[in-house]
Amino acid sequence: MTTLAEPRHAQPVARGLITRVTDRLGSGVVQVFMILVALFWLLPTLGLLIVSLRGETENNSSGWWTLFTKPAQITFENYSNLLASGFSSSFWNTVLITVPATLLVIGIAAMAGYAFAWIEFPGRDTVFLVVIALLVVPVQIALIPIAKLYGFLGIFGSILGVVLFHVAFGLPFAIFLLRNFFVGIPRELLEAARMDGAPEWRIFATVVFPLAKPAIASLGIFQFLWVWNDLLVALVFADTDNQPMTKALQSQMRQFGTNVDILAPGAFLSLIIPLVLFFAFQRYFVQGLLAGSVK
Amino acid sequence: MTERLDGPQAAGGGDSAAGASSGPRDTPADPSPAPSGSSDSPGSSDSSDSSGSPDPETATADPVAAADEPPAGPAAAGYPTAAPPGAVAPAGAAEAPVRLGPSPRLAVLFLLPAVLLLAAWVIYPVIYSIWRSLFDATGDRFVGLGNYLSIFTDSATLTTIRNNIIWVVVAPIVVTALGLIFAVLTERIRWSTAFKLVLFMPMAVSLLAAGVIFRLVYEQDPDKGVANAIITTVHDTFSSSAGYPGARPRENDQAPAVVQGGAVVTRQQAQPGTPVLIPLVGLSQDVVKDAAPAKAAPAGGGDGLSGTVWLDVVRGGGGTLNQIDPQEKGLAGITVEAVSGGAVKATTETAADGTFRFSGLPAGSYVVRLPQDNFTAPFNGLTWLGPSLITPAIIGAYIWVWAGFAMVLIAAGLSAIPRDALEAARIDGATEWQVFRRITVPLLSPVLLVVFVTMIINVLKVFDLVFIIAPGSVQPNANVIALEMWRVSFGGGGNQGMGSALSIFLLVLVVPFMIFNIRRFRRDEG
Repeated sequence: MTTLAEPRHAQPVARGLITRVTDRLGSGVVQVFMILVALFWLLPTLGLLIVSLRGETENNSSGWWTLFTKPAQITFENYSNLLASGFSSSFWNTVLITVPATLLVIGIAAMAGYAFAWIEFPGRDTVFLVVIALLVVPVQIALIPIAKLYGFLGIFGSILGVVLFHVAFGLPFAIFLLRNFFVGIPRELLEAARMDGAPEWRIFATVVFPLAKPAIASLGIFQFLWVWNDLLVALVFADTDNQPMTKALQSQMRQFGTNVDILAPGAFLSLIIPLVLFFAFQRYFVQGLLAGSVK
Repeated sequence: MTERLDGPQAAGGGDSAAGASSGPRDTPADPSPAPSGSSDSPGSSDSSDSSGSPDPETATADPVAAADEPPAGPAAAGYPTAAPPGAVAPAGAAEAPVRLGPSPRLAVLFLLPAVLLLAAWVIYPVIYSIWRSLFDATGDRFVGLGNYLSIFTDSATLTTIRNNIIWVVVAPIVVTALGLIFAVLTERIRWSTAFKLVLFMPMAVSLLAAGVIFRLVYEQDPDKGVANAIITTVHDTFSSSAGYPGARPRENDQAPAVVQGGAVVTRQQAQPGTPVLIPLVGLSQDVVKDAAPAKAAPAGGGDGLSGTVWLDVVRGGGGTLNQIDPQEKGLAGITVEAVSGGAVKATTETAADGTFRFSGLPAGSYVVRLPQDNFTAPFNGLTWLGPSLITPAIIGAYIWVWAGFAMVLIAAGLSAIPRDALEAARIDGATEWQVFRRITVPLLSPVLLVVFVTMIINVLKVFDLVFIIAPGSVQPNANVIALEMWRVSFGGGGNQGMGSALSIFLLVLVVPFMIFNIRRFRRDEG
């Protein structure tokens, strides 16, 4: 990894002076272009952060970029108002929905993935193809039927209902990802354990599961982000007492102009945890992405 | 392991601009060894299988390398099984004559929770929705394909279909193209890791937050919305508008100037040596409160034609009409044209005190004209959230969210391209563009296809961004199928028959991609 980096121009190639000059110029242009692109991508989020840190009157009278000339505008008033208004309960609802939905998906999909990878049973390939087919099924298809079902079961509006919905729709991707990882575990390892007479659940728990940590991390971060950031499922299945942050914020969107002092800090609070997780685990995130970007 | 935390990046990404030549050292130049290499590593942990702890270590180390390798998959074999394990599978499965397998019954136990959930939450709803879509709003009356018929006849749903078509045509192409450009260019900068993180970051942000972010970006007022702030700044740099909307001459016979086609033109031919007076009214005193007092142009200043444009109003009343009074303010920055025979012969601009002067004007008779530009309102940016621009505006936000995804996937594919091929072409004198066009893009085409297809599937289901960014009054113009489905069935519509039909329609739209995925998987495994 560290031995690479041979400068490109070190090649023993006779290159004209003109080529070299244009190369130099070209790389300068590329630098500038990429800096501009990066700024362009940072600007919107930066704007949200700054807007969330300015008072209502400042936001109504001038752009957030004036902060750079008048830093005294910064205030945490919006945040304290927001937390005082009961937003923290929706924060906890988000946590209560996201954590179980993530853990359940990992557990259930790991079992299923193991079966698909290492237990032979009739029709295995066909069933797995069904799982692949389910990868792209839009959640919209289930909104009406599941709302009916939840009404029947008496869990409409509850956190349990939201969690189960997320688990079910997270499963195809999760099974797909884990099965593909499990299949790559060397056969000898399992055969040896089976030879020793270890029961299947023990092989699963002590051999396969630990080996699959990176895949599980990828899956975990994916599922976590997916559930944490969901709006649609919460919109339909969570009532006001159980609503996560996304739904709580959405209900403020109607008067966007006057509610910026709630929406901006709320949106920022809702994205800070995913962002931290993303930076901490981005390696796994990317692996998951590479392993199956189909959803 | 920690050293690679920055390492979704392609081989040598962070290391140097020489990334171009760095790849082959790190990852096997030929895609095919990659999977076997990765299978070796857990295999080697096999020998020490009695100790539990080293295994995870090796295992973690292995997919780290995998972050570099999967591209081998997409580039060579194709994607869903892009990860090395998938590629190893067939080999492993093929050579198993006898195995100590557990009974198939155990499989049932392992599969049971997943199967139950998928059956009840995914498969049953599909069947139920098909059935439900054949009934009316309340579910009492059978309407056959009536709901589907109205999808294609109702003007509101036709708009949503039109919008979805725009989305599907524009967004995946732009996202994939940007991803490709950025992926190629990151190989030429030293800070590629930082760049990738910045572009990738929006993927972690909820679409709701992204929506709030872009509602702020797209604010109409250029003093608040950064998009219009940038656009107006750029616009004003290239075309200046003095910005005196509403200023006009008095409408009576004594006024020395009149309005002609939006411009203000003097009634008389300008007399050489006599300064031209152009008194205007219709401006609030606030507009000119900081302006310099108007002055008469020096009379008879040689050959030149000169004059004054000023606000002929004295605060609180008084003053002489059509004469420059001491309290009256000059209008600075107004464009002034000298016109002869219908053609503009010279152009100048008023100074702070409202005076102007043409020098070196050929002799002749001129009228003085103040073109319309002076009186149009200053450019205020675009109405992003209005009915006509709303869909492009939301697509812009979508691109912001997804370009990083495309870039990372394509960059991974790029790192798997054998550098020798590129270098050989360069040595043969190919230009960078030829290398890109003839070698890089064709070798990347499997990855590009994956990104493209993933984007199409994703775009078909787009909901949150439209729901959040489009203000309520504009939502009918920005509507898409997924949003319409929600509106019809939950957002006040209360028509579950129509909602079911729309969701089935959505499902039908993704079926081709379902088949695409299955085919791809079978090819890779088989």
